[in-house]
Amino acid sequence: MTAFIIYKAIMCGGVFLLCLAAAAYATLWERKFAAFLQDRKGPSRAGWGGILQPVADGVKMFMKEEIIPNVSNRSLFILGPSLFMITAVITSSVVPWAKPVMIGGQVYDMQITDINIGVIYLLGVASIGVYGIMIGGWSSNNKFALLGAVRASSQMISYEIPMGIALIALIISSGGSLSLKEIVEGQDAGFANIVWQPLGFLIFFICALAETNRAPFDLPECETELVGGYHTEYSSMKLGLYLFAEYINMFISSAVMATLYFGGYNFPFAHELYEKLGLADGSVWISVIGFGALMTKIFGFVCLFMWIRWTLPRFRYDQLMNLGWKSLLPLSLLNLVITVAVEYFRGNIKL
Amino acid sequence: MQLTNRKKEVSFKEQSFAERIYLPAILKGMVITASHLFKKSPTINYPDVKRPIAPVYRGQHVLKRDDAGAERCTSCGMCAVACPAEAITMTSGERKKGEEHLYREEKYAATYEINMLRCIFCGLCEEACPKEAIFLTDRLVDVEFERNDFVYGKDKLVEKMNERIDVTKRQTSAVLEFKKTLGLKHNELFEAQKLNQGKHH
Repeated sequence: MTAFIIYKAIMCGGVFLLCLAAAAYATLWERKFAAFLQDRKGPSRAGWGGILQPVADGVKMFMKEEIIPNVSNRSLFILGPSLFMITAVITSSVVPWAKPVMIGGQVYDMQITDINIGVIYLLGVASIGVYGIMIGGWSSNNKFALLGAVRASSQMISYEIPMGIALIALIISSGGSLSLKEIVEGQDAGFANIVWQPLGFLIFFICALAETNRAPFDLPECETELVGGYHTEYSSMKLGLYLFAEYINMFISSAVMATLYFGGYNFPFAHELYEKLGLADGSVWISVIGFGALMTKIFGFVCLFMWIRWTLPRFRYDQLMNLGWKSLLPLSLLNLVITVAVEYFRGNIKL
Repeated sequence: MQLTNRKKEVSFKEQSFAERIYLPAILKGMVITASHLFKKSPTINYPDVKRPIAPVYRGQHVLKRDDAGAERCTSCGMCAVACPAEAITMTSGERKKGEEHLYREEKYAATYEINMLRCIFCGLCEEACPKEAIFLTDRLVDVEFERNDFVYGKDKLVEKMNERIDVTKRQTSAVLEFKKTLGLKHNELFEAQKLNQGKHH
């Protein structure tokens, strides 16, 4: 029992630190990547080639004056960024990071918890996440912040529907399990789910962009129209938490996409490689290599997110709604119908 | 009359499905931005790397000392008169006994100020100087927080004994030849000074 608690504590702490470190360096990489796309050099002063820039940013955020407007609802004002940060971090608990490790005859999952409704848990937590933005924007008692919050909530509601339908199609085609671990293991042999669900992945990816409030769907914080959107009134580390949680969201949604559609910690010819290296099942090295593969995929997705952000202008509000309801929703329904038909003719579903 | 060949017909037809889901246009844009990943950044890492400057670049001034270390400036005021921006002011002092190693001639500049915000770095002070005392160098004027800090006094202008500044680049043969042109007042003085030096030795 003690060993179990220690193992879970190490997993929680490790994943938490991984999220924070990944998000911190995602902020640096975002600025570097933007600079490369714009023929610039990006931050290069703090540390060796700018490697300590996230530390400098963090110190700056903490040192800034903190202002809580006296017309705001103080407790809700503090709750907003906390809730946003918490929901961003707890989504990481169902992601399987690597293959289970066998130490001393005991199997340790490299996942905080393998709940059998993992996909539904992800959707649920993602929709709680919008409360962080809503509460923050509403309690600020500021028109711009409220507009940002309203936009965020309507955007989330609109894009969760095609996202959920795309996930249903994925679950049907991948064998009916809602556990992320089983979805990954289903992709161990054979093809990754992207091969069976290309349209579903495209819909899921677009919705993930919208759910994480990344450009071109960053209407809630739209600085050209709404000053700062929902975080207009926030300053110091509360603002920092909002900005930081966005990067954690980006990291986790990249991890989820890699897990659901790209085989997670599996990669092509993995078994051949392990055989060649003479690694038995449950070896630590298999986990390390698998973790490396997953992180490579996550890095690819994070780069894609940034690439899109520094290419596309922001959508107009009616375009956003048209895209969500008139294009993505019919497309995701079409995808679902095709998936069900294909699975029916393959004999995987019986009426 | 056709002015350019870039005329484009604008139509208000319904968007096609490909246009409505934006994807082809998005991919086109992303290829354009990705192509910039492989382009060389034109940025120069300024404080570490400096842009090459012309050999006759006109930057911050220096008040030269002679080889023995005495200040060359005699506070004649030619530079202040020549200055189109009226950036130079000075007051004169008389050399006391025992100060021969400090000042080259009997009269010297007790204070000498250049307002770097007024200065246009034209180099006319240098041209006007009969004593080869003021030169423009390839140094840049520092950044300051207060306007007053841009008024450089002798503490910043006179060259330090242990870090002499090479101005031979500014003393081109053409400049030296110009300074020897007869009929210019300062060149008479220049010649007289050479005669004086001859007497001393």
